[in-house]
Amino acid sequence: MNTQRMRTKSHALVMLRRNSKHITRNPTSVFNAVLMPIIILLMFVYMFGDAFDVGVDYIDYVTPGLLLLAVCYGLSGAAVAVNSDMTKGIINRFKVMDVSRGAVLTGHVIASLVTNLVAIAALIGVALLLGFDPSASLLDWLGVVGMVVLLGFAAGWLTVALGLAAKSPETAGMAAVPLVMLPFFSSAIVPAEMMGQGLRQFAEYQPFTPIIETMRGLLEGAPDSGDAIVAVAWCVGIALVGYVWSLSTFQKRA
Amino acid sequence: MRNSAIAVTGLRKTFGDKVVLDGIDLDVRAGTVFSLLGPNGAGKTTTVNVLTTLMKADGGTVRVAGHDVATEAKAVRASIGVTGQFAAVDELLTGQENLQLMVDLSPIRAADGTRIVTELLERFDLVESAQKPASTYSGGMRRKLDLAMTLVGDPRIIFLDEPTTGLDPRSRRTMWGIIRELVADGVTIFLTTQYLEEADQLADQVAVLDQGHIVAQGTPDELKRLIPGTHVRLRFATAAELDAAARVFTDSTRDDEALALRVPGDGSSDSLRALLDKLDEHSLAAEEFSVHTPDLDDVFLALTGHTTEAVAQ
Repeated sequence: MNTQRMRTKSHALVMLRRNSKHITRNPTSVFNAVLMPIIILLMFVYMFGDAFDVGVDYIDYVTPGLLLLAVCYGLSGAAVAVNSDMTKGIINRFKVMDVSRGAVLTGHVIASLVTNLVAIAALIGVALLLGFDPSASLLDWLGVVGMVVLLGFAAGWLTVALGLAAKSPETAGMAAVPLVMLPFFSSAIVPAEMMGQGLRQFAEYQPFTPIIETMRGLLEGAPDSGDAIVAVAWCVGIALVGYVWSLSTFQKRA
Repeated sequence: MRNSAIAVTGLRKTFGDKVVLDGIDLDVRAGTVFSLLGPNGAGKTTTVNVLTTLMKADGGTVRVAGHDVATEAKAVRASIGVTGQFAAVDELLTGQENLQLMVDLSPIRAADGTRIVTELLERFDLVESAQKPASTYSGGMRRKLDLAMTLVGDPRIIFLDEPTTGLDPRSRRTMWGIIRELVADGVTIFLTTQYLEEADQLADQVAVLDQGHIVAQGTPDELKRLIPGTHVRLRFATAAELDAAARVFTDSTRDDEALALRVPGDGSSDSLRALLDKLDEHSLAAEEFSVHTPDLDDVFLALTGHTTEAVAQ
């Protein structure tokens, strides 16, 4: 059993190496994951920022929201990557070689998570240059990183499941679109209170809002434990659904 | 039965209420090439998927390398190599990286791995393109890389699902050469194909699969005896002309629906001239005249009474 676990671990490393090569060799996925969030940041801060009255400096308001957006933008790449592995027969090849299902899928999730972290680091760097002035302590920063990792992990598993279930790489890319759009209907860009009836309730209760509010609280140095608990619960739930769905699809599809 | 590399009894597989494999029996002796011949949709890939542990059977027993695919999947996987219908290479990795990936995922030691990768690149004539991404490879090169990847663990039983579909004639011949080398090394090959010629060139035993049933099984020569030989097809404008022609060519078979007549012949210029003279003699004129050599369609027509296209629909 021990050798089996070691094999799974080393296979996961091989898969992670493979997936990281993919990411660096596929400029579109890098563009989507890293540059898009920065472009959106510039767009909102310079073009729309003055139009929103959010009570604080707009860049301080929007940066936490865009952190979440950055995580989501990295996902479509992962969905497409998983799906082309499935539809091009590479996953079948791995299955016949007795590569553990955990290794194949975990490789994708971790690679997507690493992309997320690179994108987040780049985004925070640019935001700081633009005058982002967080008042977070070291502990708060650790909390932000923890939240990003948890979100990336949860959304990563859900994306892998979507990618496995999709019929073709094109539909896999489409399947991730809701995840990319959802942040716009949350408190990421503007506070939920400023939205119209219906949309406001949606924004308040959708999973991304507590996650964003948690990060916002941490970056302002005033974390709200109520938001944090809801945020973590959502992430754990999403991760579980994604994980179970991924494994069952992986098992079934040949 | 000690010599059986693959033994299948009563294999059944359904998808929903669609029966894809309806009681298949196969026996492949070790060190031989077995070819499963059939049109698209006959169930070839499903058979390969079940035999290679990718899918579970709904009934019957399948033993590969002496192990039951349902209960000893791991042992089966350790002894087989599979090259699927689409070249399953990683397009963003180079040829060498693709092979290295297979080494890293197999129990091979690192030092042996480097040697194996170099040897396979040389053997498959891929040294020059080894550092280029597989996405730049031609169809033939991809297939070669795909097969090379399958050979990394030196499997003794290899499944090749339509290994030459979509290849140009030259690449097809290269692939046949590679398969022959494998057989010379004592590897057992389970090959699916749509091409009668391919089965004829490579296989010791052929089974013809049609809508989930094995409709014929034997050596290529035995099968060919079941198939009508070379013939000339004459199509006429009217039923009256067809009747008249059928009276002239007494050994022919007629197809009333198409107003056509199949006249056996060897396809030589002499026999064709004789045939045309005979038509002239009786003042018959065919709308269309064509020479046919037996192909998979003929096998199907002979064995099942319908052509491959009818099955594919």
